[in-house]
Amino acid sequence: MSYNRLLLVLGAMCALAFGVAACGGEEGETSGENTAEESSAAEGGELSGTIRIDGSSTVAPLSEAAAEMFQAENPGVRVTVGTSGTGGGFEKFCAGETDISDASRAIEDDEVAACEENGIAWEEVQVANDGLAVVINPENDWASCLTVEQLKTIWDRGSEVDNWNQVDPSFPDEEMQLFGAGTDSGTFDYFTDAVNGEEGRSRSDYQATEDDNVTVQGVSGSRGGIGYFGLSYVNENEGKIVAAEVDGGDGCVAPSSETVQSGDYTPLGRPLFVYPSDKALQRPEVKAFVEFYIANQQAITEQALFVPMTDEQVTASEEKVASLAGGGS
Amino acid sequence: MSTVDAPIGRGPQSDRVKGTLFRLALLSSLALGLITLIALLADVVISGAARLNGDLLTNFPSGIPENAGAQSAIFGTIWVIGLTGLMCIPVGVGAAIYLEEYADRERWWNRAIELNIQNLAAVPSIVYGILGLAFLVRGAFGLGQVVLAGAMTLALLVLPIVIIASREAIRAVPPSIREGSMALGATKWQTIRRQVLPGAIPGIATGSILALSRAIGEAAPLVLLGALTFITFNPEGLDSAFTVLPIQIFNWISRPQEEFQTLAAAAIVVLLVILLTMNAAAILLRNRYQRKW
Amino acid sequence: MPAAGPDRELMQATDASALSQPAVRPLGRARPRWGERAIQGLLFLCAAVSVVTTVCIVVALVEPTISFFGEVPIGDFLFGTEWAPLFSPPSFGVLPLITATLTTTFVALCVCIPAGLGAAIYLSEYAHPRARKVLKPVLEILAGIPTVVYGFFALTFLTPLLQDVWPGFLGDPPQIFNMLAAGLVMGVMILPTVASLSEDALTAVPQALREGAYGMGASKMQVATRIVVPAALSGIVASFVLGISRAVGETMIVLVAAGGTPNLSFIPTEPGQTMTAFIAAAGIGDQPTGSVGYKTLFAVGSTLFVATLLMNVLSIRLVRKYREVYE
Repeated sequence: MSYNRLLLVLGAMCALAFGVAACGGEEGETSGENTAEESSAAEGGELSGTIRIDGSSTVAPLSEAAAEMFQAENPGVRVTVGTSGTGGGFEKFCAGETDISDASRAIEDDEVAACEENGIAWEEVQVANDGLAVVINPENDWASCLTVEQLKTIWDRGSEVDNWNQVDPSFPDEEMQLFGAGTDSGTFDYFTDAVNGEEGRSRSDYQATEDDNVTVQGVSGSRGGIGYFGLSYVNENEGKIVAAEVDGGDGCVAPSSETVQSGDYTPLGRPLFVYPSDKALQRPEVKAFVEFYIANQQAITEQALFVPMTDEQVTASEEKVASLAGGGS
Repeated sequence: MSTVDAPIGRGPQSDRVKGTLFRLALLSSLALGLITLIALLADVVISGAARLNGDLLTNFPSGIPENAGAQSAIFGTIWVIGLTGLMCIPVGVGAAIYLEEYADRERWWNRAIELNIQNLAAVPSIVYGILGLAFLVRGAFGLGQVVLAGAMTLALLVLPIVIIASREAIRAVPPSIREGSMALGATKWQTIRRQVLPGAIPGIATGSILALSRAIGEAAPLVLLGALTFITFNPEGLDSAFTVLPIQIFNWISRPQEEFQTLAAAAIVVLLVILLTMNAAAILLRNRYQRKW
Repeated sequence: MPAAGPDRELMQATDASALSQPAVRPLGRARPRWGERAIQGLLFLCAAVSVVTTVCIVVALVEPTISFFGEVPIGDFLFGTEWAPLFSPPSFGVLPLITATLTTTFVALCVCIPAGLGAAIYLSEYAHPRARKVLKPVLEILAGIPTVVYGFFALTFLTPLLQDVWPGFLGDPPQIFNMLAAGLVMGVMILPTVASLSEDALTAVPQALREGAYGMGASKMQVATRIVVPAALSGIVASFVLGISRAVGETMIVLVAAGGTPNLSFIPTEPGQTMTAFIAAAGIGDQPTGSVGYKTLFAVGSTLFVATLLMNVLSIRLVRKYREVYE
């Protein structure tokens, strides 16, 4: 009998706990499809509502930084960020489940069609720049500048290069260890496109990983190591790895905020985009957020360890947002 | 443990040597698990010690490591795992009772259910994420990317563990107990409720411990469902957006800044504390109802 | 046997009193107990949840899989030796993923089955009951550590350790990503599942069996191995099956520690991408959800599902043959 009572007590405790927890917070979870009534529309008044962002895990730190700063100024608004991947993000975006999609690649035709089917109009809004750094071990003093052709020799499909002296006879006899991004990532797509001329075109026998910190570990642990990842991982790991200069045809250029922004660091500089939907921009809090995102891009990119946009890029983004919000729907 | 510790007299020398070696082998098996556990815990606690303070519990996620905390993830985990337990344990035990007590083993559909449950235990967790996205978040249930959908998905994921463990526990209750109860005039359900289930509680408790331990550590299926990586409020109801600690941990581990690695380790410690607290109830029950037949 | 003496009188007395009361319902058909039926129905529904889950999984997997095989010949998929679906040009041979899954699972089982069973036997037969009450939950903590943590533990602690102590005669030392570290760590993670469930089964074996064996002069080791373990075989095998299923379906550990480079090889010191690691990477990756690259996820998922189904059919047959009922 006591076992029954015990069960009853446990059950009651659970019910009580949930009751307390449920009644504790305010009500109201708005989803991306909510109408404007749920958010305040008064000019000069408090903004409120929920903004849903999802997509690439590369762009997510930017959106998170923007969300944090925006929420500090507009405490009535809640911004949430997910990382189901660029593809997963677009799928949810075109189903109307999210307001803004983070993307580390351009939207593809299938996805464009899906959005059209559901009546979702969008714009590709640039929010930052990023550079892909080619990194080597600090003891590697011979490959401090690599041309794109040399990179292609190393990374191209079918390449059998496994020693540095095969890249350039003046390089020492040092075994090469290759590390890189997993094939499912936008980083892989961008690197192969820029270096080998075609997305997805790459040798397949390198150590692939989803986590760039692991690439750092791999390259720093092996004298002949070479890898590639976004600029944000370079500065945080000074001493463990060194970014090689890349010669894109106009001389050796070291990757840095300035060279990426100016476009000198080529071809491994890339823009990063978000895709807001026209429906979402009809809501004042979303519009305010996207405008905030662009206007404060200097501070946001700094916090997220990316590269800021140039003034022209900022203006272009602002215009796109205005057109989508104004005449888009 | 046996009531007799050593047989009458001592056996031949070779037997004793074998016996000692055997005992050593067993002890080293146990030691393997314990040593690994200690190594892991030490590694995690030492790495995370710097950030194991109140900030972790009171702050929300942030891009600035000094300001970051895991409050939304902690509450999200408590909500999701609490709901998961509430759903998977009754359903799992119910299914186990049905399969052991009521189902005719010769019928093909009951054997199909048995095979089915075993198979489900091997399906990778991310497939459950796809399942949840298709049928719970969208589709038939249409719940949206909310706490309830996440909990239901996890409950489905760990259900086979509960069912299999509970089945074994129920099976271990000697038939004489059931027969005695029936002979005294109890109905089948009365027998189950008052004799079989109490005897099976230890095994069921083990099953629920293993199931919730599995559920609390899952990240990938929830990410697919729409659990967030950045959220600055706690869940407010079953229909609330959410995140969980493993997602937060994985997110922090992948960041370039060193301080985030420390935060990740601290969050792991918090996760283990939550797990222990949740399992404590089951462990107490198990110890209380442990019996020898 | 006819009642004698006082019992007979009691029976006659009861008979007499029975005649003077309303007739007791005779043995015969029981009246239907609707409460019982309702409960049975409810329990059946609980069991049916698992069937519904499988149906939904099959539905979710089947359509994209069929669509995938419309674009990629099934022969290429099943017998091809290179897995490079997102490269250009793509290659869809699933064998490298299968060898990696088999290798990591095998390594994991080499750890978790002997060690799990050994720990279970120790806890149930040799350990002091108070020690058992403490050690069992402590061991179960291992099951609750997030798999992400295990993955990084394998990568940052175990692999360098293995590289340092690797004896020369075993060939090349493990690479930074390798299936051995992932498998070993997976084995430790599954150990509590095998140990705890087996231990429950061993403890449930009636004392009478042990005492009978001791009474006949058996040693403790003989009792444990020849009496108790066979008696608890059903529960032990169930724990093995659960352990194997877990090893095959594990995602995070192999994703982090074994790497993302498909490799058609059974050599554990090399890296490899298992089926589950690929599915996870594709699921949260950047591929558009309608593309062939994304649909590979479903094709591999279906392959895994069918493979584990076959494995489970075999194991159930085996268990049925050897299960014994005691008492």
